[in-house]
Amino acid sequence: MNRTGGPPQMWRSLDELGDGDALRRELAERFPRFAPLFDADRRQFLKLMSASLALAGLTGCSREPQEAILPYTYAPRGQVAGEPRFYASAHAVGGYAMGVLVESNMGRPTKIEGNPLHPASLGSTDVYAQASVLELWDPDRAQAVTHRGEPSTWEAFAAALQRRLIALRAQQGDGLRILTQTVTSPTLAAQMQALAARYPKAQWHAYEPIHRDHVHDGSVLAFRQPLDVRHHFDHAAVVLSLDADFLGFGPGRVRDARDFVNGHATHDATQASNRLYAITSAPTLTSAYADHQVAVRGSDVEAIARRLAKLVGVAVEAPDSVAGAPETWLAACAKDLAAHAGASLVVAGERQPPIVHALAHAMNAHLGNAGKTVAYIDPVAASPAHQMESLATLVEDMASRRVDTLLVVAGNPVYDAPRDAGFLEALRIVPASVHLGLYHDETSANCAWHLPATHFLEAWSDARAFDGTASIVQPAIAPLYDGRSVHEVLAMIVDGVERRGYDVVREYWRGKLGGDFEAAWNKALSDGVIPGTAFAERTLPLQPNALAAKANTPATSTNGTRVEVMFVPDASVYDGRYANNPWLQELPRPLTKITWDNAALVAPALAARLGVATDDVIELAQGDARIRLPVWVLPGHPDGAVTVSLGYGRRRAGRVGDARGFDAYALRPADAPWFLPDVAIAKTGGWYKLATTQHHHSMEGRDLVRVATLDAFHANPKAAGEPTSGRGNGTLYDPFKYDGYRWAMTIDLGACIGCNACTIACQAENNIPTVGKSEVARGREMHWIRVDRYYEGGVDTPRTYFQPVPCMQCERAPCELVCPVEASVHDSQGINVQVYNRCVGTRFCSNNCPYKVRRFNFLQYSDWTTESLKGQRNPEVTVRMRGIMEKCNYCLQRIENGRITADKENRRVRDGEVVTACQAVCPTRAITFGDLNDASSAVNKQKASPLDYPLLHELNTEPRTSYLAKLRNPNPEVKES
Amino acid sequence: MQVFSRRFVLGLKLCALAIALAIFIALLAWRIMIKPHPAVGAPVEQVVAFSHKHHVGDDGFDCRYCHTSVETSAFAGIPPTHTCMTCHSQLFTDQPMLAPVIDSLRSGKPIHWKRIHDLPDFVYFNHSIHIAKGVGCEECHGRVDLMPLTWRVAPLTMQWCLACHRDPAMHLRPVEHVFDMGWKPTEDQRELGTKLVAAYHIHTSTLTDCSTCHR
Repeated sequence: MNRTGGPPQMWRSLDELGDGDALRRELAERFPRFAPLFDADRRQFLKLMSASLALAGLTGCSREPQEAILPYTYAPRGQVAGEPRFYASAHAVGGYAMGVLVESNMGRPTKIEGNPLHPASLGSTDVYAQASVLELWDPDRAQAVTHRGEPSTWEAFAAALQRRLIALRAQQGDGLRILTQTVTSPTLAAQMQALAARYPKAQWHAYEPIHRDHVHDGSVLAFRQPLDVRHHFDHAAVVLSLDADFLGFGPGRVRDARDFVNGHATHDATQASNRLYAITSAPTLTSAYADHQVAVRGSDVEAIARRLAKLVGVAVEAPDSVAGAPETWLAACAKDLAAHAGASLVVAGERQPPIVHALAHAMNAHLGNAGKTVAYIDPVAASPAHQMESLATLVEDMASRRVDTLLVVAGNPVYDAPRDAGFLEALRIVPASVHLGLYHDETSANCAWHLPATHFLEAWSDARAFDGTASIVQPAIAPLYDGRSVHEVLAMIVDGVERRGYDVVREYWRGKLGGDFEAAWNKALSDGVIPGTAFAERTLPLQPNALAAKANTPATSTNGTRVEVMFVPDASVYDGRYANNPWLQELPRPLTKITWDNAALVAPALAARLGVATDDVIELAQGDARIRLPVWVLPGHPDGAVTVSLGYGRRRAGRVGDARGFDAYALRPADAPWFLPDVAIAKTGGWYKLATTQHHHSMEGRDLVRVATLDAFHANPKAAGEPTSGRGNGTLYDPFKYDGYRWAMTIDLGACIGCNACTIACQAENNIPTVGKSEVARGREMHWIRVDRYYEGGVDTPRTYFQPVPCMQCERAPCELVCPVEASVHDSQGINVQVYNRCVGTRFCSNNCPYKVRRFNFLQYSDWTTESLKGQRNPEVTVRMRGIMEKCNYCLQRIENGRITADKENRRVRDGEVVTACQAVCPTRAITFGDLNDASSAVNKQKASPLDYPLLHELNTEPRTSYLAKLRNPNPEVKES
Repeated sequence: MQVFSRRFVLGLKLCALAIALAIFIALLAWRIMIKPHPAVGAPVEQVVAFSHKHHVGDDGFDCRYCHTSVETSAFAGIPPTHTCMTCHSQLFTDQPMLAPVIDSLRSGKPIHWKRIHDLPDFVYFNHSIHIAKGVGCEECHGRVDLMPLTWRVAPLTMQWCLACHRDPAMHLRPVEHVFDMGWKPTEDQRELGTKLVAAYHIHTSTLTDCSTCHR
C-alpha cells in the first residue's frame, strides 16, 4: 500500500463500510450495546434505588477479621515463604508438548510462563497453556469415581478390574481395547508395549477430532511412509501456505510464529524480509498476516496447488487456470518461489487432502528446499497413525460384540466422533466401559465406570514436542481431588498392581538417561527438556507415482442454496475440551471478536444472496443431519462456503460450557471431516444475539494502525506517517520529573499476529474476572489488553491488521484530571496508577479516556465464594470488588518486585529484568518494555525507530506506550485490488 | 403569634433529637469500627503461650532464627513446628504448655496462630526491603524482648505508615543494628538518619507513591 493518497481507509465492520442507516450506526457506535439492563418502570426504579441507598450504608460496617497464620510442620526444602517458585513442565494440546514454567505461590500453581530452553516454546506460550491453570482449579472437574452414575471408589474399581483381568488373561486380552487421544508420551508408549506383550490380542486405538491423518497420508503418498514434517521458517525467504494455519494451530505454532515473524520486515533496513503467500479456505491468523492471500473453498485448494506445482515445474496433471485465483497472482508466486529455490518453503494445511501434502512435498523437493527449509522426521506420535480408520475399526468391533472391555483415556468420543460413526450406539453394547477423564462429560455419562483423571499440573508424565524433544511433565501440586493419571490406571491393567505415576515415569527413563541417573533426572526436571531426544531430520527421495492421483473436481456451489461446510478447530475451546474454561470462552476469537459462542462464518456475497445478516439464524442440512446457528458475515471469507468451528454445543461440559454455541459435530461425517460439500443452506427467520467485543471502541477513522510497504519505507522512512507528530505541544501543567525510572512500552504491529495470548496472560497475572456473555454484550468485558482488528480494502479480499491496546500510561493523562478522589494518579515512575482503595466508582476517568482501556466492575465479577478458584489468584495483585475501576498498570507488581530486588543490592533495575505478563507470553516478541531513563535499554532503541508512533497523537496525551508501524513486503508483480 | 402548631413543633424537636441521636450512634460505631484489632497494647492469647520475652530477652535468640525469610521475602516467615523442636525435643517436653506443639508435629497439622499484625489485602508490605534499608524490627514491632505474650505496638494505619515514608530519617538505624532490641543512637537521630538515607540510596521522592504499597 502506498501512502501517497493520504491515510488508508480503515474499517472494522461491514455496517461501517456499507451504507446502512447512518443514525442507527452512529448511535450503536457511540453507545455500544445499549441493551436494557432490566425492565422496570420509574416507580420500581426509585424503590430499588432507595433500598440500595439505605443498605449501602450498612456494607461499610465491618471490623478487621481475626486472621490466622498456619505455619508448616516441616518446611519444604528451598521454600522461601512468600516467594514464588517455578517448576519446568510441559503442556500438551493434541498430544504435542510445549515446555512451560509453572509459577507456584506457596504450593498453588497460579501462572504459566514459557520455558526458554524448550524448542516449542522459546519462552513464549499460547492461549491454551495460559488458560490451563484455571482448568486445574475448575470446581466442575470430576472429583470421584462413579459406577453407572452412582458414587463409587477406586477400590471398587480395582476389584472389578481384577475380576475382568482374570478372564482377559485367559483369552490373551481378546476383547480389551484402549482408546486414547494422540499419544506422544514415551512412558505411555512403553506401557502400551508392555500391554501388548501381556495381552497380545488387546488393541490400541487413537482418535481425536482435530487429527493429523492427512499429514501422514500425504507423506505415505510422497515417501511411502508416515512422516512428520519439520518446517524451518527461519531459513525461508518465501513461504507458500496451502491452507496451512501455522501461526494459529499446529504442533509447533509458537515456535513457527517466532521463526517466521522474526524473518519478516522490520525497521532494520539491513535485514532481508521474508514473504508469505497464503492460499486459505477461511481467514486465519496466517492468512491475515500474509503479504498476499487468496481465499477459496477448502476443496478448491487442490486445483490451485496443482496449478502452482505445474508453474514451479513439477510434472503433474493441472488445470490451465483456476477460478478464484488470478493467473497473474499464481505466476508471480511461482516465480518468486523458484527465484528463491532452496530458501523457499511450501506448507500444506492439516485439513487439506493427502494429495495437497504430496504436492507440497513435490514442490519442496523440486525447489531444492528439502534439507534446507523443510525436513522429515519419524512421526512424533506413538499412537496409531490413522485416527479415522482406528476409530472406525473400534466402532465396528464394538458393534459386532468383539469388545468386552473398553478403556477410554481422556477424549470425549461420544460428543466428538463423526456423526455417522455410530460410536454411542456401539458403546452401549460394550459390557465393561471405562472413561478416565478430567470432567464427567458426555462419554463418562455413557460408560459404566468414570474415573477422575489428574490434571497435568497434578501428575507425573512425559510428552514430546513437534520435533520429538521429550520433556518430563512434573506436578506442581498434589491432586486436588481423587484423581489418578493415565500411567497409574494403565499400571493397574498392565502390571495388575497399583503403582505411583512417579515410579512408572522414572522407571522408563532410568534406562534411557545416560550416565548418573539421579543427576540426569534432576537436570531433565530443572531444564524441562531431555537433551538429545529430538528426532533426526532427514530427507527422502520422492516416490515416482506420488502425484498420479486424478485431480478432484469439486462441485460448484455459488447458487446460494448449497454450500461447502468447512470445519475448523475453535480458537478458544479447540475441539470442545476447553468448553468449561471461562477465560477462553470470553477471549474474543481473533478475527470475529465473538465471545462465548461459535457461528457460521459466511462471505458478504453469500449473505447477500441468502438475505441474511450477522445474528440471523440459518440451517445447514445434509440428509438427516442438520444444525441451526447464527450467521457471522466475515469479510474475506470465500463465497460458496460456510466455516463452522468445532467444540460447541456441549451437553455435559460443566456450568460454564453447557449448552453454549452450536454443535458442528452433528454435521461432520467420517469421510469428509474438514470440507463437507453439498450442504443445503437456508434462512430460518430466527435471530440469535452473538456477544462481540468488536463495536466497543469507535476510533472514528483516524490513522490508528499505520502500515507501509517495505519498498516505500526504504524510499522514505516516514512512509507510514510522521513518527512523533503531536508531541511537545504546550500544556498548562508543570511537566513531571523522573529521577528514577521512566517505564515505557512499544508494541510492534509488524510482529503482532493477533493470537490473543497477551490478553489471557494478562488475565491470569492480574486476577481479571470474566463477566459472562450478557455482560460482554453490554460492553463490560474486563480485559486490560485487547486486540483490535481492522480491515483495509474491499470486503471480498480485505487486508487484516491487529492492534493490541493496553493502557497507554499517558504523560498528560486525561483520566487523572477528572478523578474527584485522586484514585487515578501519576507516580514517580510515570505510571498512571489506579488506586483501588481510593476509587469510589464515579467512572469519570473511563469517560475521559480516549483509548477506552479502563474497565469498571459494574457487578461483583470476581468470584469470592468458590473456594477452588481462590487458589488460582495471584497473591501479588488485589482482587477487585464491585464499584472499582481498573486497568493495565504495566504489571506494577512485577516492577515493584524488580525494584525491591535491585534496591536491596543498591543497584538499578537492569534492562530486561522486569518483564510484563503480555511481553513474556508473546510468541513473536512484539512487545518491548523497559526504562526510558536507561539510554541503552531495548525500549529506547525501539522508540528511536522511524516507525514509532503514538496512538491518537493529536489529543496531546503523550502516551508512554507507542506502536511501531507495520511493514508489509508485497511482491510488486502481484496486482491486488 | 403561633405560626406552627404545637404538635408540629414537638414533632420537629423530636425529629431533630432523633437525627442527633442517629449521628451520635453512627459516630460511635465508626470509632469502634476503625479501632485496630487486636487493640494496640493488648496481649493476644494464643493456643501456645509463646513468650518472645523468654526466647529473645532471656535466651537471646536472633529474630532470624525463626523468622527466616525476613531478609529475602515480603513475608518474614512463621517458624514451622519443626523449628520449635530443635530445642523442645529435649527441653520441657512434658510441659502441658507445649502439648499443642508436640501434637502438631505428631499429626502434621499446623499450629493455629492468631495474626497480630494484619494489613488490608490491598496493602503490599515487604519486610526484606525495610530490613535492607535500616528499619529496625523494633520500629514496628516494639520491644518484643519484653513481651511475655505478643501484642501490637503500632496502629498500622496508613497515616502511621506515611509518617515514616514521608520522613524516614527519624526511624533509621545502621543495618547491623536492625535486629537489636533497645538500640539507641549514639549521635543525633536526625543527623544519623540523614546520613543513612543518603548511604542506603533511599529515594524519598518515591516513597509516598501510591504504587509503593498499593497495586
